[in-house]
Amino acid sequence: MSELVKRVEWTPLLFSVGLGCLLLPLFLALPFGNSPMVAGEMIQQAAQGVQGAVVDSVGAANLVTSVVLAYRGLDTLGELAILFAAATGAGMVLQSGSAALHQNTKMHKHIDSEINLGELFDSAATMLTPLLLLVGVYIILHGHLTPGGGFQGGVVVAVALFLPSWARNGGGQLSHKVISRIEGGAGASFIVIGLVALWQGDPFLTPWLAQGELGELFSAGTLPLLYLMVGLKVGAELAALLKYLAIDEQVQS
Amino acid sequence: MTLIALLLVLVMVVAAVTALLSRSHLTAVVSTSLLSLALTLLFVLLKAPDVAMTEGVVGAGLGSLILAMALSRLALNRGED
Amino acid sequence: MLGIILYSGAVALIVIGIAGLVRSTHLFRAVLALVIAESGANLLLMLAGFRLGGAVPIATEGSFPLAMVDPVPQAMVLTAIVIGVGIQALAIALLVRVKQRYGTLERSKVTAAMELELNK
Repeated sequence: MSELVKRVEWTPLLFSVGLGCLLLPLFLALPFGNSPMVAGEMIQQAAQGVQGAVVDSVGAANLVTSVVLAYRGLDTLGELAILFAAATGAGMVLQSGSAALHQNTKMHKHIDSEINLGELFDSAATMLTPLLLLVGVYIILHGHLTPGGGFQGGVVVAVALFLPSWARNGGGQLSHKVISRIEGGAGASFIVIGLVALWQGDPFLTPWLAQGELGELFSAGTLPLLYLMVGLKVGAELAALLKYLAIDEQVQS
Repeated sequence: MTLIALLLVLVMVVAAVTALLSRSHLTAVVSTSLLSLALTLLFVLLKAPDVAMTEGVVGAGLGSLILAMALSRLALNRGED
Repeated sequence: MLGIILYSGAVALIVIGIAGLVRSTHLFRAVLALVIAESGANLLLMLAGFRLGGAVPIATEGSFPLAMVDPVPQAMVLTAIVIGVGIQALAIALLVRVKQRYGTLERSKVTAAMELELNK
């Protein structure tokens, strides 16, 4: 690491400083604080109930959620696909690595053999799991009312599911079959909910249940349902990813 | 607000430089999560609680967890590589 | 003033990240540099939708505030952060494989070993 400071290559440094000098005036010329908003204006007018708004209101109290799941729902589907590809790729790379290179285990002798992380962590993990699950589900289900939603709550759920088995035996306990079932089912449900809108004659992923009262738990049509699916899918994916990252220490020691 | 933003930006830049130049990998990982934390506060300041929550849970929480697990997986946490 | 500070911070993060990406000698630091550059890009996108005096785009007590910040960049950054962690995990997985195969993460050594393998 020490040669990191000593041996400075000047060309990349010069390039990045030049890039900075180019970017900074460019961005400073942008209007800060009163930037024009085109799509945002339409969405806000629809939400505020202005007469003659271009788009329809979705009925979600949290406008970011309505953008993520209704106005740009297809974008979120693509994002889920990218996350799926990344998680699957990471799992594939790690799994094939542990299987193919199992013969030269002498290279990995430095990896920790003791997985027991101590009584304190063990008990705390067991006690925290239900609380974390509750918080995660709460965040997912209130995604259309308050800040939060499927992505954030999904991560909390993933960590809650992963924590106890990690504390005990390095994360090997999570059943891969159950996780992939949950993930596949959630992804398929997301698409099916979108297809129902198509069948009703609306564009793909248009919210289609009753909009209800603004600010109620059961409001905004299918948005809470969609966010629940996103939360389950993200949670399952990331739990599997964490398991892959943690499990190999156990195999190789 | 300007003062807080200045402070947070300074913390972020110092954390970024520390993450790339520090000798110990552990310090680098801690600096990266410090950067995510400062970015979370900045997002709150920019009236984006949704994004702040995502950055806090996903960026600072899960990202740091993944990096910390990588430290032990790659055996970078003891001595110099 | 606020705009200058925030835009400079975002550009500084991007520049530091790119510089670290191209000239770090250790591959793990390259991943960290990627994370830093990504944070800068997210901040830049957020600044594009910020409005002075605008409120959070969430209805409180059944009605929306009159002036709000733009929700569209917020939604995009939200997805970008999640994708970023996915990419980070993928990069870490690749690093684990590199370490298993070559036993080191020093960029020069890994490059030399890879070229040796290619020329075999």
